Amino acid sequence: MSFHMKNAFARRAMQAASATLFAFMASVSHANWGGLNMPEGVSILSKKIYGLHMLILWVCVVLAVVVFGVMIYSLFKFRRSKGAEPDKTMVHSTKVEIVWTVIPILILVGMAVPIAKTLIEIEDMGEVGLNIKVTGYQWKWEYEYLNEDVSFFSTLDRQSNAARQLNSGIDPKSVEHYLLNVDNPLVIPAGVKIRFLLTAQDVIHAWWVPDFGMKKDAIPGYVNEIWVQVDADKVGTYRGQCAELCGQDHGFMPIVVEVKSPADFDAWLRAKQAEQKVAGSSPTAPATIASAAPATTVAQ
Amino acid sequence: MAHEHTADHDHAHHGEHDHHGPAHGWRRWVFATNHKDIGTMYLIFACTMFFIGGLMAMIIRAELFQPGLQLVEPQFFNSMTTMHALVMIFGAVMPAWTGLANWMIPMQVGAPDMALPRLNNFSFWILPFAFTLLLATLFVPGGSPAGGWTLYPPLSLQAGDAFPMAIFAIHLMGASSILGSINVVVTIMNMRAPGVGLLNMPLFCWSWLITAYLLIATMPVLAGAVTMLLTDHFFGTTFFSASGGGDPVMFQHIFWFFGHPEVYILILPAFGIISEIVPTFSRKPLFGYDAMVYATAAIAFLSFIVWAHHMFTVGMPLAGQLFFTLSTMMISIPTGVKVFNWTATMWKGSLTFETPMLFALSFLFLFTIGGFSGLMLAVVPADFQYHDTYFVVAHFHYVLVPGAVFAIMAGVYYWLPKWTGRMYDEKLGKLHFWLSTIFVNVLFFPQHFLGLAGMPRRIPDYSTQFADWNMVSSIGAFGFGLSQLLFPYIIWKCVKGGQKATSEVWEGARGLEWQLTSPPPYHSWTEPPSPEVVARGVQH
Repeated sequence: MSFHMKNAFARRAMQAASATLFAFMASVSHANWGGLNMPEGVSILSKKIYGLHMLILWVCVVLAVVVFGVMIYSLFKFRRSKGAEPDKTMVHSTKVEIVWTVIPILILVGMAVPIAKTLIEIEDMGEVGLNIKVTGYQWKWEYEYLNEDVSFFSTLDRQSNAARQLNSGIDPKSVEHYLLNVDNPLVIPAGVKIRFLLTAQDVIHAWWVPDFGMKKDAIPGYVNEIWVQVDADKVGTYRGQCAELCGQDHGFMPIVVEVKSPADFDAWLRAKQAEQKVAGSSPTAPATIASAAPATTVAQ
Repeated sequence: MAHEHTADHDHAHHGEHDHHGPAHGWRRWVFATNHKDIGTMYLIFACTMFFIGGLMAMIIRAELFQPGLQLVEPQFFNSMTTMHALVMIFGAVMPAWTGLANWMIPMQVGAPDMALPRLNNFSFWILPFAFTLLLATLFVPGGSPAGGWTLYPPLSLQAGDAFPMAIFAIHLMGASSILGSINVVVTIMNMRAPGVGLLNMPLFCWSWLITAYLLIATMPVLAGAVTMLLTDHFFGTTFFSASGGGDPVMFQHIFWFFGHPEVYILILPAFGIISEIVPTFSRKPLFGYDAMVYATAAIAFLSFIVWAHHMFTVGMPLAGQLFFTLSTMMISIPTGVKVFNWTATMWKGSLTFETPMLFALSFLFLFTIGGFSGLMLAVVPADFQYHDTYFVVAHFHYVLVPGAVFAIMAGVYYWLPKWTGRMYDEKLGKLHFWLSTIFVNVLFFPQHFLGLAGMPRRIPDYSTQFADWNMVSSIGAFGFGLSQLLFPYIIWKCVKGGQKATSEVWEGARGLEWQLTSPPPYHSWTEPPSPEVVARGVQH
């Protein structure tokens, strides 16, 4: 990487500098400054999580207004240039110390209640309609519909993969859903409680679709669980990414989930089963490796 | 003048030594046993590493300036994020704190030097070797470690020749920190002048004393964790491999049992410095000194029981999640007490805004913002969304850059006239402050938005929806990086010349260091300060 790297690096830096100037000019004209906040999402849990996020955010905003307000007031009121004399006797007050210890404790106890409630709900894996095993690999995902004889791999789509190569010459903005598109998306039904069983084959990955509200690590030797129930009326496509550093192509193993109505999902599943039966009885050899590994269920 | 001793006495005291100035040439530095010389070397080392780590950050932000890969391959990008963290944490911030401790603690407690001067020499000189080894990994086959500074297996085990080099470098850094910490503890416990009690010594000494205990307690844990990685890689053990009966999650528990106290190792000395600077420029004693000491100790204790909040997404029992969320939120209580006491110190004060105070104020506001996002991260269900996104990156950079780094800069501006006997250029200092404060926010504030909108951390390229705020963040990074070049220039200019500084330097300054001349004598307090001097210098 050493000497060859340096020249190449300098050349690329020059190219990038001129390219970025144009990019900056171009983006100012049609900039999209949206996406400032967490998405509310489309699942039962994602909305509760969003609610907690907004609650703690507003608690912080109110505290910030009070604390920064007092600080800013002092900065203007007690300046020497305005003739402020220091009150050197003001050095200690047990009463005040108790007050500003107890008030935050009360706020935190107040926060703990909704947090505990939501957590209990997140951990409730009962009455599941569909089980899907998700296995992370360097650098792709495998989805296995348990007891349905359907499983397949899901990798970055060709267009994104071509554009993401170093100095590919392809403008990422010309690629639809750049880096957030796959060849075979996961398909799930809306309005059904789905349990995802997460594990990994090589290193630790993390499965995350922001609109579903949950993220959990896929760890070799472990089976983690999360559940997702997408609202019945939220049929559509949702996108996410691997969220745990897993090597050089960590940024290039997206997750795409197509949410269909239960009837459409059933039709899709039948078609997929028929297709995989034709292809052979065990189309995905690696699936057996993960199930042979010592599995430890920890989330209970 | 407080520093009074006769030549006769001095001669009798030191017997065989003919002179008390520094040795000449390279011997002064290689064989250094003087706390000021060693402190200076630590600070120069930290500054060098700050710019090397900063250069890596510039490469990261240049690649992230726009979507698509323009400059580096993904593997090299991962090396940069990994090395940036290791260099900044172990090479820049921690040695800077040790440098400041070396310079200030003996002067503040009324001692002639650190308690263990030869150990002091050893603990510094380990560092250049450790970092030569670490930085040399950039040139070995396979490149430098790219699995993140947290070294999670199994990924970290995929490193090439860099792996044993990085682990040996981490062992060396840990040894250096432990030795330096032992020196701080022994100095503060044994070398305080009569009248300098534990509950009236400066808060910088207090916060360093607590930091030193944290270091002694946790560095061996890190050493154990990386040693197990080493044996997993080379000697066939399977501590962290599920296929051999081990557990990859156990590494994360051990790492963060070190890692969370480490976070406070990086920030507690900052609390100490802010507690020195705010009273000085408010011309008023620190409000609630005892509460400040107890709050610092409480934070240190809590730092040992919150580690798993870094790893909520690994899957934990409900009881574990609740315990770690509550203990984490509890940290905001003593931290809040500190912020309130600093604010109360300014209340009814007589404020002026020299460069050290400006950096301290920036710390107060921006560290508090980092504290708020930390409180948000403690909410487990919301953390399932925040975890491993740019929201986390924004959070820890707010507490580390305008937190720890600004406090180091505040401390350097505050004590520079004492060290050199000359005033620095106030105009340039203020320029440095304004550029740093503006650009640090342009750099890190948009990263909150990126994280909430769904951008994972540690990715070299991103979906086009994240393009705009990434560009803003990168512009902030370049501005911040360039502004930092002012810092060594201002220090250099001050060392070379400038208006002479008085002993007290700052009108409202308290503490024994201000009772010595500027610059102070080579062996600080060769005799303990007299009771009158101590009375003038202690906190209350």
